[in-house]
Amino acid sequence: MKTFDYVRPATVAEAVAAAAQPGAAYLAGGTNLLDLMKGGVSRPDRLVDVTHLDGLDQIERLADGGVRIGALVSNADLAHDSDFAKSYPAVAEALLSGASAQLRNAATVGGNLLQRTRCAYFYDTASRCNKREAGSGCDARGGENRTHAVLGWSENCIATHPSDFCVPLVALDAIVEIEGRSGRREIALDELHRLPGDTPERETAFEPGDLIVALRLPPAARGFAAHARYLKVRDRTSYAFAVVSAAAALRIEDGKIVEARLAFGGVAAKPWRARAAEDVLRNVAPTVDAFQEAARRALADAKPSGDNAFKIELARRIVVRALSLAAAGTPARIPALPASPFAPTSGAIHARA
Amino acid sequence: MNHSISLTVNGARREFVLDDPRVTLLDLLRERLHLTGTKKGCDRGQCGACTILVDGKRINSCLALAISHDGADILTIEGVARGDQLHPVQAAFIAHDGFQCGFCTPGQIMSAIGMMSEAQAGSDPERVRECMSGNLCRCGAYAGIVDAVLDAQAGIDESNQRRSA
Repeated sequence: MKTFDYVRPATVAEAVAAAAQPGAAYLAGGTNLLDLMKGGVSRPDRLVDVTHLDGLDQIERLADGGVRIGALVSNADLAHDSDFAKSYPAVAEALLSGASAQLRNAATVGGNLLQRTRCAYFYDTASRCNKREAGSGCDARGGENRTHAVLGWSENCIATHPSDFCVPLVALDAIVEIEGRSGRREIALDELHRLPGDTPERETAFEPGDLIVALRLPPAARGFAAHARYLKVRDRTSYAFAVVSAAAALRIEDGKIVEARLAFGGVAAKPWRARAAEDVLRNVAPTVDAFQEAARRALADAKPSGDNAFKIELARRIVVRALSLAAAGTPARIPALPASPFAPTSGAIHARA
Repeated sequence: MNHSISLTVNGARREFVLDDPRVTLLDLLRERLHLTGTKKGCDRGQCGACTILVDGKRINSCLALAISHDGADILTIEGVARGDQLHPVQAAFIAHDGFQCGFCTPGQIMSAIGMMSEAQAGSDPERVRECMSGNLCRCGAYAGIVDAVLDAQAGIDESNQRRSA
């Protein structure tokens, strides 16, 4: 690991000023950053440690019915907050399906949003990677790429965003509160991550010094609590990143879907909101036929970036399965194997899309 | 630049001067305090051999900078027994043969102790396996590990019931 200057600011304003310098990086849980630094993938000159800042570790219920989650709340504390888990069950299930218990205790809400891709060529400093080193090329394109992107990729980069947490969040219209050099601003989570295009090294809408201070879910997000699931297919049942995942959330009234939300993980450089699929699920009965049509729409623009055509069919099936599970109703308790298709859950079908 | 930090390690307050900010909690425990029960397996947050409790919560000490944890309360495998009296989880690992080579065992035990205070698994073996998935055992002693954790959990539940009765 390259050495660095260590800075521990006393206030958010001091943190932003310290991190606006070239070569600076924020340190929170460190579960991704320290791993990247040990591998020489990230080489910051200065670490700005935000873990001692006050006021960023609260979960606040807002008067309007929304919730505000401080950036330093740990993944575990958020998932195990019983009121939060009841109101946003797919978010809690996604959190508990990610990483290990040790990592969830250390990892933070803000850091999760900004974690880096797990593309092996990004991690291997002997490989060419446009994301790690702009203009150097992409060894993933002709390499081992069965887990890479099928939506939104470019010839320059086929990496995926690995977060589980972000998937139901983007489905529920989460908002990111950011403190930067010109003060406080907020953006939709859907606008935070960029698709690679010609500049895969630019991953987010962030400017130097920008610090996530909180994440907000709007009042409407709570309306899906009775029919919300996260489903994640991975190469092993626990402690693995998604090959493909989906968050499905429905509002059902009088036997009809009033509103649907659907998003994917593991398929693109950002958590992928499937709005075209949501549209076909408005004012229809929650049937497998409707879910299959939604799945077809959701993957209409998908194309393989390598040996990963199977992910498109897998994603279609996961959509149908996740929507079926959501329609059957949120279970009273998160299953023993969170988000696993192998969990014995009633209402599950092996649907063909 | 030197940085001074203080930590409480297994109940004793310790002061350190760090001449390098890169020192992890794992390396500090092993190299500065010679508490070598906490193991360095992968050193990248994948194997769980370095699991310790920080402020009561289990984390991977290989991915924690010591400098960032100034003021923390740390519990390692060396601090869980009371003299010659083993912690119930330690005793259960012996009773159920929850290891072979033993390298992952301190991490497994610290993880199990952390898991019990999280109170998410209860007596469901499936939940125990899921909640312990951050600790790898290359010898494959998982069956004994799960039995040990369930047994220790049952003992703690029983003593809690006695206390509340």
